[in-house]
Amino acid sequence: MLSQFLKTPLTLGLGQAAIVVVLCAVVTAFARTYSIHVERENAVGLSRGIVQIVLMGYVLAFALKGPKWVAVIILVGMILAAGVTAARRARGISGALRVSLYGLATGAGLVIVLMTLCGVIEWKIMSLIPIGSMIIATSMNTSAQALERFRSEVVSHTGRIEAALSLGADPVLAVTPYVRSAVEASLIPRIDNLRSLGIVWIPGLMAGMVLAGSDPIYSAIYQFVVIAMLYAAAALSSLTTTLLIRPRAFSSAGQLTLRPKKAAAH
Amino acid sequence: MAGPLLRTEHLSREVAGKKIVDDISLEICAGDVLAVVGPSAAGKSSLLRLLNRLDEPTAGTVYLDGVDYRRIAPREVRRRIGLVLQTPHLFPSTVAENLRFGPRQRGEILPESAVRRFLEGVGLAGYENRDVYHLSGGEAQRVNIARTLANSPEIILLDEPTSALDDVSESGVEALIQDLIQKMNLTCLMITHDDTQARRLAKRILVMEKGRQTRLDIVASQSHA
Repeated sequence: MLSQFLKTPLTLGLGQAAIVVVLCAVVTAFARTYSIHVERENAVGLSRGIVQIVLMGYVLAFALKGPKWVAVIILVGMILAAGVTAARRARGISGALRVSLYGLATGAGLVIVLMTLCGVIEWKIMSLIPIGSMIIATSMNTSAQALERFRSEVVSHTGRIEAALSLGADPVLAVTPYVRSAVEASLIPRIDNLRSLGIVWIPGLMAGMVLAGSDPIYSAIYQFVVIAMLYAAAALSSLTTTLLIRPRAFSSAGQLTLRPKKAAAH
Repeated sequence: MAGPLLRTEHLSREVAGKKIVDDISLEICAGDVLAVVGPSAAGKSSLLRLLNRLDEPTAGTVYLDGVDYRRIAPREVRRRIGLVLQTPHLFPSTVAENLRFGPRQRGEILPESAVRRFLEGVGLAGYENRDVYHLSGGEAQRVNIARTLANSPEIILLDEPTSALDDVSESGVEALIQDLIQKMNLTCLMITHDDTQARRLAKRILVMEKGRQTRLDIVASQSHA
């Protein structure tokens, strides 16, 4: 219906974007009636999202004409941006940005490099950037969830952690149970994605490949390959990030610094 | 004559410009029992956290057996200066596993006979395999005390050990502490908001207000004998 009125791809895209922005605004207003205030986050997220993705469209259009190493620069830039975003979930922990970057470089970076070397990801800009960005974005979300969960678990178990410390426990070991629960919780969506693949979820990549003329069976198998890569990268990022963040919850004298604000004032 | 087991020298902690503990200098010799009393927010618990090095002093220091505790590994300091927190915060497992936790941190296994002895000492004989979730408040605090004692501390710090308990449990735990002090000749620093409890248990009473020590009283010997 929309395409009858908006003839060019640009105007059609903007029209469709306007409709989904209205939809998001309605959902936000509905949430507000239950005193759930996400207005600012939604406004910032939608504004940034549309600007960033359009810019990426231009970058892709430029990159496709350039040498392959441009893809590497773009992916490194994505990892840096993802690190900054994930680190915001670890407020109150010093060095969270560095930890987040190491986690993403280990998880997403390693999987992209290894899979490209093995030929699972083609050494072409058209493959590297879209699949790489999916891997980085998934790793970012998982790391952010793990960091947030770790922070909240430590803050809510301050008493038990300090009881362990007061008995002479190694600080890093005192928070190990919360690393486990943070990693497990952060991977729930990834495991659900794998379990529901093809039943309740047919990802866009497969649909795109079929539309582009690929063999449907190969497209399906490759979709599984991509989802499995996402899982591996996410799990590695989440685990690396939380393992590296453990000592940063403590001072050099092994005192718990990640504490509720009220307790920290004593 | 041996020097004090624990000595603080101008011990202070300042957080966001506010002095939580302000210039505390005290000495505790072996076998001494010192109670710290004072109103809420007087800095009593903060003082204990500094002694156990759960927090870092911003000025002054603590000497453990004559050695500045900043020169001793923090884990070793915490082992040697045992802390019984106000709330037990037991680890989700059995009573025996809670008692074994401290020794395990330095690679030691607390034998079953020792577990039994510590539990008998706190009036919980036969509780070894009980899940901590099924303990009453008074029982949990007894396990908390036994867990700290099982770690062989040289000094024991008690942070209002009876304040979170009902009246019956409170008198039971207080009697237990009094019994342990006498039988084990514990060197002990305890915080209490209850002046009469302090007089029943301690040999000396340090009064704190707004982070500072305002008075040090000697308790008449018959009241804690």
